[in-house]
Amino acid sequence: MSGIIEIIFAEFNYWIYVTLMMIGFYAMIAKKNLIKKVIGANIFQTAIFLFYISLAEVKGGTAPILLHGHDGADAAHKAVSEVIYVNPLPHVLILTAIVVAVSTTAVALALIIKIYEEYGSLEEDVILAYRRQLQPEFSEHARQKQEGEQ
Amino acid sequence: MKIIALIAVILAGGMLIYAGQDLPAFGDPESPAYQHPIIEHYITHAETESGVGNIVTALLANYRGYDTLGEVTVIFTAGMTVILLLRRREI
Amino acid sequence: MSGIQESIVIRTVVRIMVPFIQIFALYVIMHGASGPGGGFQGGVIFGAGIILYAMIYGHKEGKQRMSDKLNRILSSSGVAIFAVTGISCLVFGGMFLQYGVVPLLPDNPAVVSRLLIDVVEIGIGITVLAVMISLFFDVSPPETDEEELPASEEAGQ
Repeated sequence: MSGIIEIIFAEFNYWIYVTLMMIGFYAMIAKKNLIKKVIGANIFQTAIFLFYISLAEVKGGTAPILLHGHDGADAAHKAVSEVIYVNPLPHVLILTAIVVAVSTTAVALALIIKIYEEYGSLEEDVILAYRRQLQPEFSEHARQKQEGEQ
Repeated sequence: MKIIALIAVILAGGMLIYAGQDLPAFGDPESPAYQHPIIEHYITHAETESGVGNIVTALLANYRGYDTLGEVTVIFTAGMTVILLLRRREI
Repeated sequence: MSGIQESIVIRTVVRIMVPFIQIFALYVIMHGASGPGGGFQGGVIFGAGIILYAMIYGHKEGKQRMSDKLNRILSSSGVAIFAVTGISCLVFGGMFLQYGVVPLLPDNPAVVSRLLIDVVEIGIGITVLAVMISLFFDVSPPETDEEELPASEEAGQ
């Protein structure tokens, strides 16, 4: 029993990231509101960021910033040469990913504003119904073509 | 419809948890990502090769500088896209 | 104009805080080489300072601090600073963004690299702050003019 608890506790970061990721995934596929979909995508991205940063962690490690000055004394240099630094590479990758997340969120919000100006609603059902009403011949044609192929 | 979404989410989460059992434990210094020789090179050579004490900055601006240039271009392009979509007045 | 924008406490605190936020942003950008910080973080903090000012004092006052024209110039010049730094390394016979070959200090390529990394961080910061501010001004809803609002209230009464 204690073995199972140890296994769960040793990998608690994966539990947290999977939970967050599934919250975002559910919001993306089940919610009809476009803003809520974007929020779900952001939660999903944040789960990935946490996953990467937790992979970089090393027990007893400190932030990957060298602790001595440029002309530090030898004694000080020797004292800090035993310091363990965490893995710096995931931090850099996630710095890139955060910027891309900001950019995608901004473009998504801009497109949602244009959609709202066009259709007067953010609900997926209303937008799709309005589109079908706007172009009945389009959806009718597509349906007939699909039936003809079958 | 929400039931189907919930089932899909729980299945995907269960698969991720199942796959996560093989990943290294939290803070494991023996993890493959930390044992790769390039990490040792970055930590020991970043200051002599780049002149900066912050290893993340050395990686960002020196070793992966081309990537960062693309990243700045991405955020610039996003700003231009939003201006094209939403700018109301004529310039 | 909402209640928050009329509050004298918030207006005063914002007017006092914004310069300190901007000083801190410059510190974060310039400290990126030796400590926690960098161009992205500092640029976002600088942009947040001006966004805070524009949220409280209105878009018109905010546009006086950061006009659209200045914004366009800054957002493209940041990318240009980065790219020109990289290409100048090509000119001196190195590879793209190989900072050490630029002969500013012939004996010490690491110090040259440190200086050029600072230049690159400044370029990143300029682009990020300009793009953040332009995103705020474009995505936020258009304000009713401050002169029109009291007149329409009087007409309503």
